[in-house]
Amino acid sequence: MAMQLSQLEQNIINLYQKGFPLCSHPYRAIADELNSSEDDVISAILTLDKAGMLSRIGAVFNHKKAGSSTLAALAVPEHELDDIAEIVNQFEQVNHNYGREHYYNLWFVVTAHDDKALIDVINSIESLTGYQVLVLPMEASYHIDLAFKINFAESATGKH
Amino acid sequence: MSQLSHKSQLSHKIQCQEEPNLMAKTLHKVADETLDIAPLSLKQQQVLRALLECGLPHVAQPYLAIAKQIAATQTQVLAQISHWQEDGLVKRFGLVVKHRKLGFKANAMVVWNIADDRVSEVAEQLSSCAEVSLCYRRPRRLPDWPYNLFCMIHGTDRAVVIAQIAAMTKKFSLEDIQKDTLFSFKAYKQQGARYGKKGDVNG
Repeated sequence: MAMQLSQLEQNIINLYQKGFPLCSHPYRAIADELNSSEDDVISAILTLDKAGMLSRIGAVFNHKKAGSSTLAALAVPEHELDDIAEIVNQFEQVNHNYGREHYYNLWFVVTAHDDKALIDVINSIESLTGYQVLVLPMEASYHIDLAFKINFAESATGKH
Repeated sequence: MSQLSHKSQLSHKIQCQEEPNLMAKTLHKVADETLDIAPLSLKQQQVLRALLECGLPHVAQPYLAIAKQIAATQTQVLAQISHWQEDGLVKRFGLVVKHRKLGFKANAMVVWNIADDRVSEVAEQLSSCAEVSLCYRRPRRLPDWPYNLFCMIHGTDRAVVIAQIAAMTKKFSLEDIQKDTLFSFKAYKQQGARYGKKGDVNG
């Protein structure tokens, strides 16, 4: 664990990855639920944000309903990987981009508002990098659970 | 298979999935069901969606702050988000965490080459494992890519993840099935998906 999280920070992470309160004072609602104060909740969230642990608080849209997206991969020589990753990252339609241990060593997700925009991005990546993109759109989804349950037991010294 | 045909398959696939005028449908729903709350315009809905993809501001009244940005009321914004949740357009609303920063550094994508007539059955089995966070079927791209079933496993320790994969392989008698494990070694980018059209939102 990169840093010790307070009990409040841990609880916020484990309880509010879904079902974030929809009311005029959501942080106060969380505070009431966690026996804390609105100021402490906001400050805990700012701490998580500052530590780089929080991407955002917001909506995760259904890919099928909200636009077009696909998983994609490139096979590039290792010494070029960082540069190619940088080129891929320049596209705002690329929202995840990972180096992975494989012949196909750069894996990213492209998301756009429609199919044409998506294909345009893939074509641009191919022409800018000079490598052919492996395009792997989702055909069926069997299971999605991205609300990470964090087992903090080992690091739970707790500041709160 | 040529790259062109990959893309035309992609295009076909996406066209099949597309739900045109979803927002317009939602708009009517809001109008039908909550007569006392004026529905957001299509443009307001588009901007709201883009704002929610960027994340709530960390202020005491974030929905009010967002409402002001789209010249709407807080009540309208909250009603719209509720409707999107009910419709399934929003599948999750809350903290989006960076799992690597939280210690989940052993992120493995396990890919399998499962016979087409067994893929659903095996997917159900693998999905029943608590450590599998995502399970998708995707097209093979022969000869380059023979795998059609993808599982994501996020763990804090590489050895544990390897043991988990071995255990599920054995449990479901998948030893003879071609598979590969792709651990991530670097996150070049990790952020929420943004569907909004360019220019809808500043920043």
